[in-house]
Amino acid sequence: MPEQKKVQKKGGGDSAGGGDGSQERASSKTEELKSEMDDILDEIDEVLEENAEEFIKSYVQKGGE
Amino acid sequence: MAIPKVMGIETEYGISSPGTSDFDPVTSSSLLIGSYAGALRKIRWDYEQESPMRDARGFEAVPARGGAEEDGGLANVSLPNGARYYVDHAHPEYSTPECSNARDLVIHDKAGERILERSLRETERFLPQGQRLAIYKNNSDGKGNSYGTHENYLVSRETPFSNLVRDLTPFFVSRQVFTGAGKLGVEGEPEKDSDVVFQLTQRADFFEAEVGLETTLKRPIINTRDEPHADPAKYRRLHVIVGDANMSEVSSFLKVGTTALVLKMIEDDFLPDLALANPVKALHAVSRDIRCRTLVRLDDGRMLSAIELQWEYLTRAAKWSEDHEDDPSNRDILQRWEATLTALEDDPMTLRRQVDWVAKYCLMQGYRERDGLNWGDHKLKMIDLQYHDIRRDKGLYYRLEDGGQMERLVTDAEVDRAMHEPPDDTRAYFRGTVLGRFPEAIAAASWDSLIIDTGVEMLQRIPMREPLKGTRDQVGELLSLATDPAALVRLLQG
Repeated sequence: MPEQKKVQKKGGGDSAGGGDGSQERASSKTEELKSEMDDILDEIDEVLEENAEEFIKSYVQKGGE
Repeated sequence: MAIPKVMGIETEYGISSPGTSDFDPVTSSSLLIGSYAGALRKIRWDYEQESPMRDARGFEAVPARGGAEEDGGLANVSLPNGARYYVDHAHPEYSTPECSNARDLVIHDKAGERILERSLRETERFLPQGQRLAIYKNNSDGKGNSYGTHENYLVSRETPFSNLVRDLTPFFVSRQVFTGAGKLGVEGEPEKDSDVVFQLTQRADFFEAEVGLETTLKRPIINTRDEPHADPAKYRRLHVIVGDANMSEVSSFLKVGTTALVLKMIEDDFLPDLALANPVKALHAVSRDIRCRTLVRLDDGRMLSAIELQWEYLTRAAKWSEDHEDDPSNRDILQRWEATLTALEDDPMTLRRQVDWVAKYCLMQGYRERDGLNWGDHKLKMIDLQYHDIRRDKGLYYRLEDGGQMERLVTDAEVDRAMHEPPDDTRAYFRGTVLGRFPEAIAAASWDSLIIDTGVEMLQRIPMREPLKGTRDQVGELLSLATDPAALVRLLQG
């Protein structure tokens, strides 16, 4: 743990990407993430409640605390 | 002077009966708890006014009275793991036992989810054919109704409350970047922010004041409730109502771990003044920016992002810990805190395995991209709710966890054990162990007392005003020697 962490000020805009090599790595990483996400979505399709509209409409709670 | 942070989490769970028109949440919550608690239901909650003068003498004789059914019939039980499980308003509520560190508290918070899950299974056989209950560990129904998750921390009575307000408010505003459980849209008036499709926290929309006693309307960022459930001359129990219920173990760990460290720094007057110009507005603004870049104005005129505010706290915490309490538990919190802030600065989406709101947002984005859904699609609203379903085979958080998509900090074996066993190192050890050993002899229980029926005319109240007394080290041997409740009382008095 550094004693004094310099806070990197970042502007409002998105920072620029790296060189070509890092972009290539980034895109293969993106592919990997996408395929991983597809598997997750397939699994979640199996358990997601049906009739989402009706289900959500009927979910009304009394306040608590 | 900083004191040890004994802490706990109370969670009001959302409850519904999908497809049932005349659902009664109060009766259902009571059924849920009663079916889990069984015989423990006869032990009533001890609501007696605190009486420090009498308690100072130690034991106190109290007249016998009826069981829990007298208290309006709603389930309200103390469990052998030191927790309290009861009906609050129209919700089942679970309060963890007192824990001495963040990791234990994550374990006990998860044990609460498992107890709700088991209660759900136990309750099924009492429900009419075709009916079921659903339980959600979240804080909003998406229609303007909120129910709370409250953290509790033991703080020194010597610390002026105004210092807590000054130093905690900017911390609570900024910690949302890693504690938020995520939510679609914005609820409540008058600040309807219609172009916000997703925000970091479930709760921020419901906060309208800076400081106050309320918890159900005009909710304040700093709640002033002052019921220490401990020696009031020495302690305050800080009741934090501004947090979300977390599914993610990392979010949960960071939430309580960092807050405990900040409280110790406040007790040592170790923090710079980071007071915000408009805390309520800042709370909403931070929650409504998933890039985590929004700047908020400080009283001194500086403009900082939530992440920059968090760096201020972390930098001081690292120094404080090095000077005062350089132990593995603190180092673990500091390392995680630093890694999280670094990742948030880089790209918040890299935290989808650690932080609830990011996990939920990425899941929704996945659906949007695959199925071409608009942000208003009901399927996304279903995901927003079902992420918090406590059933491990249906809850979306648990589907992610099962697929190795969520980082774990604790083991299933630890969580299972915490359903039945109290922590070793707080007074919850004494309460839970006695309840487990002699349930038939406990007439009533509360956070700071047990009332034991030893068969003689008057009951015996055992006060427990010190949250760190009654640990396994202190009373484990004595409890193992007590063969019956009368022997226990004799040993304690000896």
